[in-house]
Amino acid sequence: MTYSTSGSDSRMLNARHLRPGPRGRSFPLSRLLMLPTIAVIGFFLVVPLGIIVTYSFLEPATFGGVVWSFSPEAYIQFLFERDIFDDTLAFNTAYLQIFLRSVSLAVAATLVSLMIGFPTAYFIATRPERQKNILIFLITLPFWTNLLIRTFCVLLILRDDGLINTVLMGLHIYEKPVTYLYNNTAMAAGLVYSYLPFMILPLYANLERLDKGLIEAAYDLYAKPWRVFTEVVLPHARPGIIAGSLLVFVPSLGTFLVPDMLGGGGRLLIGNLIQLQFGSSRNWPFGAALAVILLAAILLVLMLAASRSRSVNVQGGH
Amino acid sequence: MAAQSTRSMRSLVSFRGFGAMAALCLIILYVPMAVLVTFSFNANRAVTVWGGFSFQWYVKAASNSGLQYAAWNSLTVALIATTLATAIATSAALATGRGQRFRGAQAFYALVNLPLMLPEIIIAVGTLSFFALLGMTLSLTTVIIAHTVFCIPFSYLPIRSRLETMDRRLEEAAMDLYATQWRAFRHVTMPLLMPGIMSGAMLAFVVSLDDFIITAMVAGAGAGTLPVYVYTQLKQGVTPEINAISTVLLAVSILLVAASYFVAKAGSRYSRPAAS
Repeated sequence: MTYSTSGSDSRMLNARHLRPGPRGRSFPLSRLLMLPTIAVIGFFLVVPLGIIVTYSFLEPATFGGVVWSFSPEAYIQFLFERDIFDDTLAFNTAYLQIFLRSVSLAVAATLVSLMIGFPTAYFIATRPERQKNILIFLITLPFWTNLLIRTFCVLLILRDDGLINTVLMGLHIYEKPVTYLYNNTAMAAGLVYSYLPFMILPLYANLERLDKGLIEAAYDLYAKPWRVFTEVVLPHARPGIIAGSLLVFVPSLGTFLVPDMLGGGGRLLIGNLIQLQFGSSRNWPFGAALAVILLAAILLVLMLAASRSRSVNVQGGH
Repeated sequence: MAAQSTRSMRSLVSFRGFGAMAALCLIILYVPMAVLVTFSFNANRAVTVWGGFSFQWYVKAASNSGLQYAAWNSLTVALIATTLATAIATSAALATGRGQRFRGAQAFYALVNLPLMLPEIIIAVGTLSFFALLGMTLSLTTVIIAHTVFCIPFSYLPIRSRLETMDRRLEEAAMDLYATQWRAFRHVTMPLLMPGIMSGAMLAFVVSLDDFIITAMVAGAGAGTLPVYVYTQLKQGVTPEINAISTVLLAVSILLVAASYFVAKAGSRYSRPAAS
């Protein structure tokens, strides 16, 4: 009562922002607390992104780094091969293939994660409270462990003398070890193993809020389980499916460790192609251009997803 | 009667095969790690053939000087980056976590979470280019800067969710009793926020300890952390010693995350009653 009229200015400000009142009367001091974040992330992450875009339009220096003169060569190199003698351009699909392989592996990993993750998330969401908490904790835990070590674990399973070969040969299913490593399937398995928790968590958050009474009602109206699933559960889960798919797709598309450890030498994906340009190939502008292309692809997917979920909201609104 | 009706309701909402899928999911997530841990105790040199129980690889790893050096780097980086990131994240949470609505709030959330949304390889090459442009020599300092940036969102999220569920009437009561803004903050807000801050700091520590790609890109000579050491060793061949180091790293992450979870849980006293 008295403090709001005669108290110190700072106390007034605080009292106002504790209960959001009419907007725009004065600038709350607490807003200044955003500054450290803006300074650190702005300077050490947003500026570097700008530098990547700039570098992609420069010329490479011989021992790594860049020469400051404008050149679109890095982007030309992505699609064409320049003849060293007469400078003519020939269409070259080598890099495009790597990019498309990255995209298709990321899509495959997302679909497989969805197929495993959806039933799991649904199952957990329909458990009693105590079991729910334990199960979700178990799903979250691998996310916090070292990605390098987890990829190494996949290596231990798929190696010629790994768990799968040992077990199957022990059971005399076959006598000679089968090579599971160093192909697209091994990489897809590695991606699913790495990012599966990302699919389950948003799905679980969504399915937990599904009104189970709706399912009962559908059964009361003589719907078969398949119809209940496709017409009650799936439409409700759509935002969760979109969120989970993005969380698996985006890191899968940029993965470095999976192709590096499970893909073998010849199986490049865009993630380790970028690393290679900044490492032993010493072509920073080309690496930067690849990073920009990767970033553009991700932005495109995010925008598509945003427009999809907006159209869902519009449908749900009327 | 009630128990029976919940049971029938549960069987009604479940679909056939979903439970089996959940079991498969847990098997997929945990069997590879179990294999790693098991073979770290193998007496045999072979990585996948069991030859009896032994601690020898742990003993060997512990006396390895390259490993000790990398472990020391990891701890230094994780401690400094965690402290910086948690301080920054706490201030960011205080600026946004109390239901303030203002123009630019959405943009600010996007900025805080930017390190989470970008693929690591892009952050890695961006940060490397940035240090090169500034003419900074790669060292432990560049690693600490890079780690601080990507640790911020991880400590921000628990602190913010703690702030959102905190009973704000306690702060208001302190001010009604003529506490100055600073005293109310120091003696009411901070103690109430502490579980969130601790939980956030532990998560930041784990994330810093686990990072490989960004570290590998911006670490100068002699600034390699444990994951960088493990990677270099892996490239030379898989040995049971790596299993032992990896098991220790896994155990540290799991213990810290479990601790973070329980700290956040234990702190949920004094939170706002659910219905009001």
